[in-house]
Amino acid sequence: MSDTLRHVSRALPHDSARKHVAGTAAYVDDLPEPHGTLHLAIGLSPAARGRLIDLGIDAVRAAPGVVAVLTADDIPGRNDIAPSLNDEPLLATDRVLYFGQPIFLVVATTRDAARLAARLARPVVEKETPSVTIEDALARGETVLPDYAFGRGNVAPALADAPLRAQGQFRIGGQEHFYLEGQVALAIPGEDGEMLVHSSTQHPTEVQHVVARILGVPQALVTCETRRMGGAFGGKESQATQWAALAALAAHATRRACKLRLDRDDDMQITGKRHDMRADWDIGFDSDGLIHAIDLQLNARCGCSADLSQGVVDRAMFHADNAYFLPVVDIRSKRLKTDSVSNTAFRGFGGPQGMLAMERMIDAVAWSLGKDPLDVRKANLYRPGHDETPYGMRVTDADTIHAIIATLEETAHYRERRAEIAAFNAQSPVLKKGLALTPVKFGISFTLKALNQAGALVNVYADGSVRLNHGGTEMGQGLYQKIAQLVADEFGIGIERVRITATTTAKVPNTSPTAASAGTDLNGMAAIVACREIKARLAAYAATLWECDADDIVFAEDALSAGNRRMSFKDAAASAIRERISLSSTGFYATPDLTWERDKGRGRPFYYFAYGAACSEVIVDMLTGENRVTRVDILHDVGRSLNPAIDMGQIEGGFVQGMGWLTTEELVYDSDGRLRTHAPSTYKIPVASDVPEHFQVMLHPGANREATVHRSKAVGEPPLMLAISVFAALCDALHSLAPGKLVPLDAPATPEAILRAARQIAPGDLF
Amino acid sequence: MASVTMTVNGKTVTATIDPRTLLSSFLREHLRLTGTHVGCDTSQCGACVVHVDGRAIKSCTALAVSLDGAHVTTIEGLASDGHLHPMQEAFREHHGLQCGFCTPGMIMSAVDIVNRKGAMLDEHTIREELEGNICRCTGYHNIVKAVAAGAQAMAATKVAAE
Ligand code: FES
Ligand code: FES
Repeated sequence: MSDTLRHVSRALPHDSARKHVAGTAAYVDDLPEPHGTLHLAIGLSPAARGRLIDLGIDAVRAAPGVVAVLTADDIPGRNDIAPSLNDEPLLATDRVLYFGQPIFLVVATTRDAARLAARLARPVVEKETPSVTIEDALARGETVLPDYAFGRGNVAPALADAPLRAQGQFRIGGQEHFYLEGQVALAIPGEDGEMLVHSSTQHPTEVQHVVARILGVPQALVTCETRRMGGAFGGKESQATQWAALAALAAHATRRACKLRLDRDDDMQITGKRHDMRADWDIGFDSDGLIHAIDLQLNARCGCSADLSQGVVDRAMFHADNAYFLPVVDIRSKRLKTDSVSNTAFRGFGGPQGMLAMERMIDAVAWSLGKDPLDVRKANLYRPGHDETPYGMRVTDADTIHAIIATLEETAHYRERRAEIAAFNAQSPVLKKGLALTPVKFGISFTLKALNQAGALVNVYADGSVRLNHGGTEMGQGLYQKIAQLVADEFGIGIERVRITATTTAKVPNTSPTAASAGTDLNGMAAIVACREIKARLAAYAATLWECDADDIVFAEDALSAGNRRMSFKDAAASAIRERISLSSTGFYATPDLTWERDKGRGRPFYYFAYGAACSEVIVDMLTGENRVTRVDILHDVGRSLNPAIDMGQIEGGFVQGMGWLTTEELVYDSDGRLRTHAPSTYKIPVASDVPEHFQVMLHPGANREATVHRSKAVGEPPLMLAISVFAALCDALHSLAPGKLVPLDAPATPEAILRAARQIAPGDLF
Repeated sequence: MASVTMTVNGKTVTATIDPRTLLSSFLREHLRLTGTHVGCDTSQCGACVVHVDGRAIKSCTALAVSLDGAHVTTIEGLASDGHLHPMQEAFREHHGLQCGFCTPGMIMSAVDIVNRKGAMLDEHTIREELEGNICRCTGYHNIVKAVAAGAQAMAATKVAAE
């Protein structure tokens, strides 16, 4: 069987593009509401830590339009929404865990009635002083998970023996997802305790499981359906569950459809963020800038429960080498418990934090030696003979990152611009320019091995149309489109024959979240497996008919053919069905070759690495800290692209989101543990004018060396970390104020932070 | 309750509504025009932009009753006889969307920019003018390209029509 590619690798528009521009693509809140649908609002905890004495909800119950007020006591099953440990309730019971934690649920005839009623509550909490910061949690010694470490060699003597040494503490801020579509769910009760939940979730299976757990019914009674999300970025991986479960609880209690759409300010306050971290680092190196040893401790602020913190902080550790060989290394981590909403997945899943810490150390080495940071970066890259990561996996394709950096250095004119910038800075006392070129090496696979599986269900109908279901969810990343392209080319049919359908647990069960950038790798493979099963049956049928070998049957141009025999795909389907041949098949895929053993801290957690590099230039006003990114050049490796338009979009969007994280997006909590930046008015998300006009993205040519779908590479997360080049460029500009000094800039590099750093590094010079 | 009459996408509608009803809720819930999205609820993200008497406004912070007699155009009213508006076509063509949630508001803002500033838009102007519309997915690159192309296509169709 051979196939020709009509769709794969083409820059086709997103499958819903036409509907999106016409305003007809339905999100959960747009679905027609069943008659009598009720609306929900949540009562929020007025304190971050303490004993919940009384909900104070008498007035709520009496408010107009209120149908029911539900509390933890009304949960028929187990009051537990945690994805891993049993450490997070749906509704608070005797203790509150964070400011704004849901403590009761109002069910009313309209959304406004529900929200107005919720405000009438007068909950009583016996308050305790909350742990808000990393330091608070360290002082209390409270964690959500045990400490974890891995590494190689004996670090203390290696550090002591190193010719040169630098140390520091580096703060890395969190990030709000700000998916444009907020959290939302619609639950519709059925017969015999069945429940259908439309949820904006990356993980329909988990929603199904948790709803079943909360309601105390078998999982087979619960269906979760997700057609599309208006963005997710990790924020709907584990944390869409709570809202779906609340909707289901209310639907169960009232026997009516119930909808919960969080108000945006509430959404920002009561859903988890990217983990903020404090990296305590110590590096030994020599006068060539070669790293001898690293001791790194990542202190992660996990919030009130474990949620996904094990994977997130592990991934931060896995990426604390970025693309560099660390001969002797100790990477340790603390998973700190704070009295704040549980921090969660966010594009990169901890990887960006680990990588940023490493790049800070590289910069420190370069500054102390007076070298160009790019030279220090290049000197330490993985290379033959120096290719083993701190966790024992070998990097066998480091030549890719060497090639990417070499090319980008040329095409972005790094050296010329370095000289121009030095000249500019020498004659410009207030405005300073900065430049940086930084690499990305990102491991692809879930580090929790069990999640590296996917299923699909493909049905071919008598008219030759195809219905495609798989476990992946669509959040804008173009997964549905890519998989439809794969399926169309497997069957050799036009993509218009492939009907993409909503993801539902009723059709493809026991799925993993769409996360870890692995959506296409996993679900695309599963869909191909299903297609090939059906093709094999059709080919066998045609081979009998034509008295030829099944291997000689070609699926192309909407037909099956062998030599001069030809039958349209439609006719083949219709006659195969008459011959009692099944044209429906499931497909299943599990990533091969993964051998990670967490307890030993060694093995192969990733199927492969995705690479990229970015070169960014900035200009900073050192009197105000105001700055602009003036030019960005990116070269990124997506293997053999399945759809270059979609992949370029992921790179551009990921970069800008990463840039926001490292520059303007600042989460401010007060001492009560209350988030004060809970709207885009105070939490600055990049807008069109923050992105430079010179923003050039190129795809690095070359196939994935592992056997992925058409040798493509995952693209969802890695590009976010290209934005580290912006942070490094800002540091570079600051460094020009006081060459040789360590730039005391933490992330995010807001104008205030830049100004503080400038004053610290060059006191009196300018001010 | 209060009575309100307005022309929405060319059709006159009259309804009796709670005077606190926002235009966004009126469009979405009463008229089932769900292409107007609510992203932030507080006039910051631009997902809910519609045109009122030919000007772009954020419908999440306008009271429906205050717009009695107004002419409102939503994303659903932009296409005519099944043909996408040139700006809609440009967003589709230039991949100016990912999750699509910001798209209707972006397109309504983009058409408004062209109406106010003409079709010859430089990139700087487009970027500045789009400051009231947040997109969390695309990084704006393709959106800016789409607006520039859509603006020219709007001018071309206007010339063709004249
Ligand atoms: S919903 Fe109106 S501006 Fe965001
Ligand atoms: S496409 Fe998702 S917010 Fe713009």
